[in-house]
Amino acid sequence: MGDALDLSEKDVLGIAEAWRRDGRAVALATVVETWGSAPRPIGSHLVIDGDGHFEGSVSGGCVEGAVVGEAIDVIGDGRPRLLEFGVADETAWRVGLSCGGRIAVYVERID
Amino acid sequence: MDRGLLETLNAERRARRAVIRVTNLATGAERLVREAELDPADPLGAELAGRFRSAKSGMVETADGGRLFLTVHVPPPRLVCIGAVHITQALAPMARMAGFDVTVIDPRTAFATEARFEGVPLYPDWPDDVIPGKVGLDAYTGLVAVTHDPKIDDWPIARALEAGSFYVGALGSRKTHAKRVERLTAAGVDPAAIGRIAAPIGLDIGAQSPAEIAVAVLAQAIQALRRRPAADAAS
Repeated sequence: MGDALDLSEKDVLGIAEAWRRDGRAVALATVVETWGSAPRPIGSHLVIDGDGHFEGSVSGGCVEGAVVGEAIDVIGDGRPRLLEFGVADETAWRVGLSCGGRIAVYVERID
Repeated sequence: MDRGLLETLNAERRARRAVIRVTNLATGAERLVREAELDPADPLGAELAGRFRSAKSGMVETADGGRLFLTVHVPPPRLVCIGAVHITQALAPMARMAGFDVTVIDPRTAFATEARFEGVPLYPDWPDDVIPGKVGLDAYTGLVAVTHDPKIDDWPIARALEAGSFYVGALGSRKTHAKRVERLTAAGVDPAAIGRIAAPIGLDIGAQSPAEIAVAVLAQAIQALRRRPAADAAS
């Protein structure tokens, strides 16, 4: 039921707004596509600040580290990026999405 | 993402209004679409209407080969039960499993006890003492009136219809409901709104026991939520 099951989870978009209001540089990552058994549903968010602090989840921990690294670059140049992680991609094994799924994550700066 | 757009999006979410953010993944262009303002002429109209009902975010390919991502924000559905009766005891846990936030209101303190409704927000009060102050009604809040007592049921039924609740169900036979219709009409409730009341309550599955009736009611509420006509919430 979309948001209904996410009630107990953190309000990532609310955190993004609050961080931005505090003057922090902020990027938002969103799961935009999944194939196979992806750990987090489409629409899941991760918010990252310029120092690499993050809240939320796009993969239940598998690829967050890589997404945070890319987010720092997005914050730097303001250019959104579409990232893919999955079993077909060797780097996916390195970042550990071993759950058999593939995900696409869109990372953008909050201007 | 524009900061102002994020603030608007969060304000809509806090106000329990459905909204979709449309993002062009190639260009970063974005816009917000409120369910209440969905334009039939919108090139994504049918797609957006379907997404408001399913509450599922996802990718859409445009005619010119572009890729748009739709982030769908629909308020968590709530179910307000008027009447802390047997049916409600079965309905409350089932509805919570199905993803509804459940609240129970019944001024009869013999019924509205913690022991009968463990862990469920419970108000042993008259509905007009808690609605709308403590329990709000809106398009994403359904109302189930099952006390069998017009003094308790009628008022919240009228308020739920006014609020555009996606589901308003009322217990009672056809005869009982005919009298209810007379009372609500006399009270000035819009006849079209009265026609939205699901009565006798629940899908017709031949339910007998309180738990079976609860299944019929929950199924009907889910059907009302997922099959509701587009932008009905705004009417």
